[in-house]
Amino acid sequence: MVESIKIILTIFKKDLYSELRTRYALNALLMFVITTLSIILFSIGNESVSPELLSGVLWIIIFFSTMSGLSRTFVSEEERGTVMTLHLIAKPLKIYFGKLLFNLALLLGLNIFTVALYLLFVTSFSVGNYAIFITTIILGTLGLASGSTIIAAIIAKANTKGTLYPVLSFPILLPLLLTVINATKLSVENALFAEALGEFQILFSYLIVLTVISFLLFEFIWKE
Amino acid sequence: MMETILFQIEKIGKTFNNRKIFSEISFSLKEKGSIAITGRNGSGKSTLLKILAGVLTPTRGTTELKINNTTIKPEDYFNQLGLVSPYLQLYDEFTGWENLDFFRRVRNINVEDKCLDELLYRFNIWDRRNDYVRTYSSGMKQRLKYAFALIHKPSILLLDEPTSNLDAEGIVTVYRIMEEHKHNGILIVATNDAEDIKRCDEVIDLNNQIGKRK
Repeated sequence: MVESIKIILTIFKKDLYSELRTRYALNALLMFVITTLSIILFSIGNESVSPELLSGVLWIIIFFSTMSGLSRTFVSEEERGTVMTLHLIAKPLKIYFGKLLFNLALLLGLNIFTVALYLLFVTSFSVGNYAIFITTIILGTLGLASGSTIIAAIIAKANTKGTLYPVLSFPILLPLLLTVINATKLSVENALFAEALGEFQILFSYLIVLTVISFLLFEFIWKE
Repeated sequence: MMETILFQIEKIGKTFNNRKIFSEISFSLKEKGSIAITGRNGSGKSTLLKILAGVLTPTRGTTELKINNTTIKPEDYFNQLGLVSPYLQLYDEFTGWENLDFFRRVRNINVEDKCLDELLYRFNIWDRRNDYVRTYSSGMKQRLKYAFALIHKPSILLLDEPTSNLDAEGIVTVYRIMEEHKHNGILIVATNDAEDIKRCDEVIDLNNQIGKRK
């Protein structure tokens, strides 16, 4: 077990250093967040938009920025031809969890950045219950990272990687998106934490189901 | 004591998009055994090597690897074999040393820094160990691939076009490794080069799919 964790962390660290040196995903993600947020701010102007609607807009930014960068973990290995190298040094599941950990770290960093900018610039959006909001962001990030990692592994083998990623992700991530939007609305409406428990249960179940399915399927996806 | 190795290939076949690449390939190798896989371009030499490495699943047939009479699961083949091939790529954004360091950590093997240095010396890339792989020439990358393939002291060495991109000195080093490996494990080479074929005990021609003992 300890050995497996060490190997997973080694793959995570490799991906982290690789990303810091190549900026494969990081630049795309940051640029996407900044440009989308700017467009939204220009569109809103002086209009007053309901905080409920802005909850949805926040998750639209997060979803599409995820789509613009998170596939890179597997796609870049495929494009550079290093997939076979990975095949020859570690078992599939260790690679999967190493990649999942990297995507999770990347998405968590991105979401903190996005939420900070959103709270700062979108003045009509104010959070009433921070406990609900932070829990939603954490569970939403976990679910998005888990879903987008396994989908990235699938589309890395396809010819039309760029277009296939959001198309394939949307139906799989839809239950997650609807739930996080609802939970974010509750946090804006200053609801009690207990009122959001139903949403959190759905998010938690979704995360467990997706992780177990990924665990079972990855070996088949990974091997040609 | 030398370990006993048995690598059995039984009626292997591969089909891509309804196009049969090869079929009914069978051979068996024991320790100190070596085989050259030949065939014209597109005959499936590299594909067969990928199947033997456990990277690709065959459409038909089976492979079985036994070491000291213990059957090794296909998903664990990677611990027992080393592969050098033109389509194998190392990480360009890391240095030669960082690549080898990553491989030993992921493989979770106890290889000291000194051993990595020796490997790099042997393949004459020690001076460039701290340079990014993207700055290496194709010959240097090929040398680094040998270090990658040998870092875990594999029982089976799979070489696809073993001398491509190498200069005369590199070729001598590779032939020495091939000779050494023939005495310590199993050597499988996919090539059409007469000099490479000469160094193997058996030849299998994918065009005729006939195995010949030399």
